[in-house]
Amino acid sequence: MNRRALSLLASLGVVLVCLPFVATDYVLSVATLFLFFAYTGQAWNILMGFAGQLSLGHSVYLGVGAYAAAALHYHFGIGPWAGLWLSLALCAALGAVIGALAFRYSVSGVHFTLLTIAVAEFMRIGFDHFTWLGGSGGLFLKVTPRDQIDLFNLRGTPAMFYYVILALAAAALALNAWVLRRRPGYYWQAIRENEEAAQALGIHTFRWKMLAMIISASMTSLGGVFLAFYYNNLFPEQVFHISRSIEIILGPIIGGMGTLFGPVLGAALLALLADGATEILAATGWEIPGLKQLIYGIALFAVITILPHGVWPALARKLKVWK
Amino acid sequence: MSIDLINFANVIISGVLTGLVYGLMALGLSVIFGVARVVNFAHGETMTMAMYVAVLAFAFFDINPFVALVPIAAVFFVFGYFLQAAVINRFITRPEHIQFMLLLAVAVIMTNALLLIFGPDARNVQLDYLLESIEVGPLLIDRGKFYAALVACSASAALFAFFRFSHTGTAIRACADNWLGAKVAGLDVKRLYSISFGLGSASVAIAGCMMILLFDLTPGAGPAYTLLAFVIVIVGGLGSMSGALAGGMLIGVSEAMAGLFIAPSAKGMFSFALLILVLLFRPRGLLSDKS
Repeated sequence: MNRRALSLLASLGVVLVCLPFVATDYVLSVATLFLFFAYTGQAWNILMGFAGQLSLGHSVYLGVGAYAAAALHYHFGIGPWAGLWLSLALCAALGAVIGALAFRYSVSGVHFTLLTIAVAEFMRIGFDHFTWLGGSGGLFLKVTPRDQIDLFNLRGTPAMFYYVILALAAAALALNAWVLRRRPGYYWQAIRENEEAAQALGIHTFRWKMLAMIISASMTSLGGVFLAFYYNNLFPEQVFHISRSIEIILGPIIGGMGTLFGPVLGAALLALLADGATEILAATGWEIPGLKQLIYGIALFAVITILPHGVWPALARKLKVWK
Repeated sequence: MSIDLINFANVIISGVLTGLVYGLMALGLSVIFGVARVVNFAHGETMTMAMYVAVLAFAFFDINPFVALVPIAAVFFVFGYFLQAAVINRFITRPEHIQFMLLLAVAVIMTNALLLIFGPDARNVQLDYLLESIEVGPLLIDRGKFYAALVACSASAALFAFFRFSHTGTAIRACADNWLGAKVAGLDVKRLYSISFGLGSASVAIAGCMMILLFDLTPGAGPAYTLLAFVIVIVGGLGSMSGALAGGMLIGVSEAMAGLFIAPSAKGMFSFALLILVLLFRPRGLLSDKS
């Protein structure tokens, strides 16, 4: 990263911090969703982009994380700052179990992907029948007036939620930037490029893949906690659904898997493209269900066929921000 | 025979019949993977498209799915052929996960294009004469399921015969066995891949024409069918044709049993648990003897 890149990043940061003061509610909600996918995309990017393990079941961490914190709040009145530790612990454990089984029994490639999908779908149907958590009827948190900020219970204005997710996304970016230049980052990339060669060089591939699973899973669970308190309702059909997993991976693939800024750029592009198009059409009186997702699909298809490494590497070369 | 036992036998028969249609669906996926090594993540969505075509043919031209399946299979053969020839063939040397994501993009486009065109309402095809049951001694067999299974069996048999006896079928098998060898022997590998993808799509289209008689259809049904097809081929052994049929029947029966003994809506949980166990302990499939 050079000076030019740093100044670009700093100005982006300033714009994002100032946004709530000038933006309308609609723009703020789109920006919140953009940051949410930038955050979860970065979490997924650690596992696939860095360590090369394609998970298409990240909705399971989103769902378990969301339900754990929401259940503590709903049943025992425990606030999210205490509850998120349960979410983190449960998802780290879940990631560890899936990883340990998969890597120990050498489930790799497409089989690994199918395993992650199977676990997520299994949990989706399981939570549908988990009546203590509302089952398929959903779990509803008490809605409070949206004009007072109660940071302790994570209740408050849209701007508060925006800053919470902005902080999460920024922290994820810092963590990824740090880890990429440290031993785990190099080991993961070695495993991604050629696992056998990495093993021959003495890298304990099992241990490092496990680390990637656990970090990625627990980061995603925090996204789930945010989701629960932002929307105040949870349905297994929505939060565990495979389309959530697909939405999580769209940003990083479009932005550029394995790159630091790819997931953020991808999430931004998708938010602009899809919400821009839906908004323009809605303004002209057209409400089209499925249009947003159709645009997601076309963008994904276009990037894979035209820019297989994603938009960020190409853009970075143009902007001359990367050496 | 006691009433319970008869009831039980009826459920198993119904499961086997539905399972044969599942089997044909999975057979298409297996052919595509077995030959072109493409993990077709848009398989269920392809079937959903075929189901919509069958709904349209019935609603507007009053053609019932047993007749419509012939032109629909032909159309989807062409569709699959060109999808492979124009798009996927460029990706055959690329990493597996890139192909997977490419097909995922195709799947997302298909599902949402269907939603955009047809709206979210459920549709089906009701044929009155399929509602009566066939009585065989004390057993009751659902007429619709019976005919659907018959079609699935004939289509599978035709596919087996094609691969066994025809010149092109033999060439495709050679290509699946040894890609490089087939190329050296002068076979047009890319064309054979395209034919396989076309055949896989035609199979799943025929399965779709039968499926529309058994289940309601919504645009969002695609991903669930894709996953179901994957459960079946993994359980039966990825790339094995007879395994796909056997796996289809196994899943059909287990779903029917789960519907009988636990909540019907929980039946999918059983399939996914089976998939997880097979992936971990029998990655070549439940029915393979090597592990």
